[in-house]
Amino acid sequence: MKVVLQNLTKIFPSRDKKAGKEVVAVNDFNFEIPDGKLIGLLGPSGCGKSTTLYMISGLQKPTSGKIFFGDDDVTELSTENRGIGLVFQNYALYPHMTVQQNILFPLQNLKGADKLSKEEMQERAYNAAKLVQIEELMDRKPSELSGGQQQRVAIARALVKMPRVLLLDEPLSNLDARLRLQTREEIRRIQKETGITTVFVTHDQEEAMSISDMIVVMKLGVLQQIGKPQDVYDDPANLFVAKFLGTPPINVLEGKIQGGKVYIGQEAVLEVSGAEDQDVVIGIRPEGFELAETGALHCNLVNVEVMGRDVSIVSHHPASQNASIRSIINADHKTSVGGQIVRYDLKPHKVFLFNKETEERIRCEVK
Amino acid sequence: MSDTITMKEKNIQQVSAAQKTMQILVKFFTYAFLILMALIVLFPFYWMIISSLKTLAEYRLNVPTFFPQQIMFSNYAEAFTTASLGQLFYNTMIVGVVSTLLSLVITVLSAFAFARLEFKGRDTMFGLLLATMMIPGELFTITNYATVTQLGWMNTYRVLIIPFLVSVFYIYLLRQNFMQIPNELYLAAKVDGTSDLKYLWKVMVPLSLPTLISITILKMMGSWNSYIWPRLVANDEAHRMITNGLRNAFTETSGDVNYPVQMAAVALVSAPLFLVFVFLRKYIMAGVSRSGIKG
Repeated sequence: MKVVLQNLTKIFPSRDKKAGKEVVAVNDFNFEIPDGKLIGLLGPSGCGKSTTLYMISGLQKPTSGKIFFGDDDVTELSTENRGIGLVFQNYALYPHMTVQQNILFPLQNLKGADKLSKEEMQERAYNAAKLVQIEELMDRKPSELSGGQQQRVAIARALVKMPRVLLLDEPLSNLDARLRLQTREEIRRIQKETGITTVFVTHDQEEAMSISDMIVVMKLGVLQQIGKPQDVYDDPANLFVAKFLGTPPINVLEGKIQGGKVYIGQEAVLEVSGAEDQDVVIGIRPEGFELAETGALHCNLVNVEVMGRDVSIVSHHPASQNASIRSIINADHKTSVGGQIVRYDLKPHKVFLFNKETEERIRCEVK
Repeated sequence: MSDTITMKEKNIQQVSAAQKTMQILVKFFTYAFLILMALIVLFPFYWMIISSLKTLAEYRLNVPTFFPQQIMFSNYAEAFTTASLGQLFYNTMIVGVVSTLLSLVITVLSAFAFARLEFKGRDTMFGLLLATMMIPGELFTITNYATVTQLGWMNTYRVLIIPFLVSVFYIYLLRQNFMQIPNELYLAAKVDGTSDLKYLWKVMVPLSLPTLISITILKMMGSWNSYIWPRLVANDEAHRMITNGLRNAFTETSGDVNYPVQMAAVALVSAPLFLVFVFLRKYIMAGVSRSGIKG
């Protein structure tokens, strides 16, 4: 089932009628989610990603705009009739029901032609439980389960009625680091097995990049960029997206374009064509540095961190907007770093230029 | 060196011995106090039971006896017939059960509305309802009396039931309980395809069961113990409630009151409440502590 969001806007009225301004949580959002894909809605907290999810679910009404499931306009349809599954951040399991009763609950509410016999319900519940591997826990109460198990129950409950769309609201944020890794692969597996169009919300870019077919980056209610995770990472549309994706984060330096060259301070680090002379912000991915005796970029060495597979070099540069510049160098080259100054060459495809005022990407060829 | 160590050990032993004595003393006085208080509370019940087993003559002795010389179980049989306790029990049960059931329905629905639904003037309305709690109950008695006489409801069951169906206090209690149930459960239930009513019945009511049981018990006890209102509006044979029945039934033609028999009747009437308290005290305590002081 493809999901289409058309000019979706949500404005929350201000609480304080005299002073406060209204809050635009989602601003003119246009997006088509292809059938059967896993989409990661990504952004810092307060960017409107949960609001978008809630509007798809019908729990919040859009101020304007339309939502389509396939060709059906569901904008006015209430949540209970939309046929969606939703997993909440805190799972929202019914505490007084057993795991089985929790999973059965959506089936018991089916009406009319969809109504199932008791046996069918039991079977569907069992199959859903099996899919998330909790069939052994059917008689437990939620309070007797670990966080990861509760999360699986919540997914089983969302899947059991075969929803048209599955929505996940920060599904991994309450799990510990190891379980998070495991569960996100699990979510990916379940989504592939069922082929249900899935949207999940997260503020963790690593999580979104690792399992999504496509990621949607949002900021303050405005869509920033949509694309495959690798494409967005390799080709960010603006400084915000570039800064938001990647660990360790991108290094941001001040510089300028002058006479076909990119300058950081007084040092011409790269050549550029197709851009006017101007002040720019330069983003360099940590893996975009190469140690070179004759490198154009001089930095003051602070520290070298050995991480086994690679080496991380921390250094200072007066033009840097971050507190320090962090580069990651493959540990295969036994490069010795010594002295006060470290010199780099830059890999052109890991360097992005942004307009200083608008922070939009300057599209030009960097060499 | 070794001397100082043993000295230290001795000191420690002495300290711990002193602490132990202290602990025992504290325990002793605590329990002594509690036992004394329990005796004070229990004595009237003891007195009720031994009085109910005495003969009238023994009851009237100038120096009261602490244990009946002759045990008169027949007082209980006599109490049951003279006071027609059967009819009194029946009336009280009808009023108690019906008013509790209806009251629960009203309380649950209005608490849900005030806790979960969004409508204009909700908070103002709730504030007004709470404000009515400031008015002492006795004031209502007068206006209620005027109302029910006008409606011609004197000496009926409904006059005993209807005026007290809505309790702002219970609504308040349950609303607070409902509001503690996380909003996500409501949203989850919406996603799972429930109506408001089904959500209320399947999720909120089971989760608030302790409060609902407290309300049931308090309401039942209220009906059982009510005295002034039934006395005013329904004091005929057919609708008399238990408290009023006990008041009148034992005055003999000579003007004497057969106290042992009356005590036996009182003991019989107290028994159900006593049992309720023994078995459900957890819920009563919860209800009372949640409500602050009202019991």
